[in-house]
Amino acid sequence: MIETPKLTEERIKEYLREGRRFDDRKLDEFREIKIETGVSKNAEGSARVKIGKTEVLVGVKMDVSEPYPDSLDKGNLMVSAELLPLSSPRFESGPPQFDAIELARVIDRGVRESKFIELEKLCIKKGEKVWTVFIDIYSINDDGNLLDAAGFGAIAALKDAKIPKYDEETGKTLFGEWSNKKIPLSKEIPLSLTIHKVGNSLIVDPNKEEEDISETRVTIASCDGVIHAIQKGNEKELSIEEFNKILDLVEKTEREIFKKIEKSLK
Amino acid sequence: MTAKKSEGFERPDGRKPNELRKITAKVGIIPNADGSAIFAFGDTVAIAAVYGPRKMHPQHAQDPERGTLRCNYNMLSFSVTERIRPGPSRRSTEISKITEWALKPVVMIDKFQGNVVDVHINVLQANASTRCAGINAAAMALAHAGIPMKDLVQSVSIGKLDKYLVADLIKEEEDWEEGEGATDIPITLTGDGKISHIQLDGKITRKQLNDVIELAKEVTKEVYEAQKKALKEAGGEK
Repeated sequence: MIETPKLTEERIKEYLREGRRFDDRKLDEFREIKIETGVSKNAEGSARVKIGKTEVLVGVKMDVSEPYPDSLDKGNLMVSAELLPLSSPRFESGPPQFDAIELARVIDRGVRESKFIELEKLCIKKGEKVWTVFIDIYSINDDGNLLDAAGFGAIAALKDAKIPKYDEETGKTLFGEWSNKKIPLSKEIPLSLTIHKVGNSLIVDPNKEEEDISETRVTIASCDGVIHAIQKGNEKELSIEEFNKILDLVEKTEREIFKKIEKSLK
Repeated sequence: MTAKKSEGFERPDGRKPNELRKITAKVGIIPNADGSAIFAFGDTVAIAAVYGPRKMHPQHAQDPERGTLRCNYNMLSFSVTERIRPGPSRRSTEISKITEWALKPVVMIDKFQGNVVDVHINVLQANASTRCAGINAAAMALAHAGIPMKDLVQSVSIGKLDKYLVADLIKEEEDWEEGEGATDIPITLTGDGKISHIQLDGKITRKQLNDVIELAKEVTKEVYEAQKKALKEAGGEK
């Protein structure tokens, strides 16, 4: 595996202690974010997100299926992620490994817990037929921070999505034909942001080198200052003081990022 | 302090806001293992067994710089009301890793280069908070196996039901729908009060989250006492 060498690690940490990064960013500064929607003709909704050299594609597909027994009058949400071998020399083909599973589950919880999709409006017939919304995430190039790229992508693709036509008589979804209805979404947009602890410094949006040497990360999905999901990842513990600093940083970054990407989420 | 704010709130099983279910903790329950433990919060029962340190196989998985901690969380198919399909799921894969991360800060296996310590956690019966019971059992089993550790870790689920904070959720509370509904926050703390694991699902403000951590600090003391008592009772016996 080609990981960040020890010497580079020391150097990165030294820089961070002085408040600097190799690519001249501030510790709390994202790389350039580009979001493009409608990038796939056959998907109900889609988005391409680039953060620096990191790139993900997110697609939304829908189909009619049975509701889950614990939510008979609500649509279903399923999030999956694949870390494609084409996107990094480190990824291999085969069934999803932990990183892909966690990525999907963290994004799932951010979208679900913030109630961004109004799932109760996606019920066709209680107990029998509801819409299932599939959000599928693919990495195209991994240069760090796939988590946040995937989170922005999921929101953008959902915003972009139209509901397919559905033939009530035959009970079939008419794939490739769309109604003029969009997926019912709440007005408030949840953002999922990850803070990493590298050495003793807290940073946003790590590139691959920084991500390699990060010992702890916390992903927080929030909406207007209200927190909906948290996932602490990786093996280093955090003092309560550090955890509070992370919450501060998320609050501040959320506002900034939102301003930046708001336009692409219309 | 935190508990006071929840005064007047009635929990389905009549517990006080900061009251954990009855804890059962015992080590040495699996003779074959190098260390083992059972930990229960009331009806939620988890057992853990430790094997190792032993040579990591296959060889290419060996870490030449430090030992590897490997956790596996599994629920028995009949541990819940609706049967779970046996074998790993996306959920159990995630919880396995979360458990590993929760324990890592206290487990000193850096010197066991090329070796692995396996922790197998099985949930025998579930009534919510299973990952927390599993982490508590795993910490005890590691100590019982004589793996060098800085300290134990303690895990507990804190819930916000409507606006009220409570400790050690049961299923009925996890599914709380009244008012603001349920927010579930499993937390693991190290002996010196650091966070080695936190997850959250629901809806909560920054201020409430601080109260959540305070409540976790308060109630994990009881978990710690139960763990220590069980380990002392066993003495050095396996």
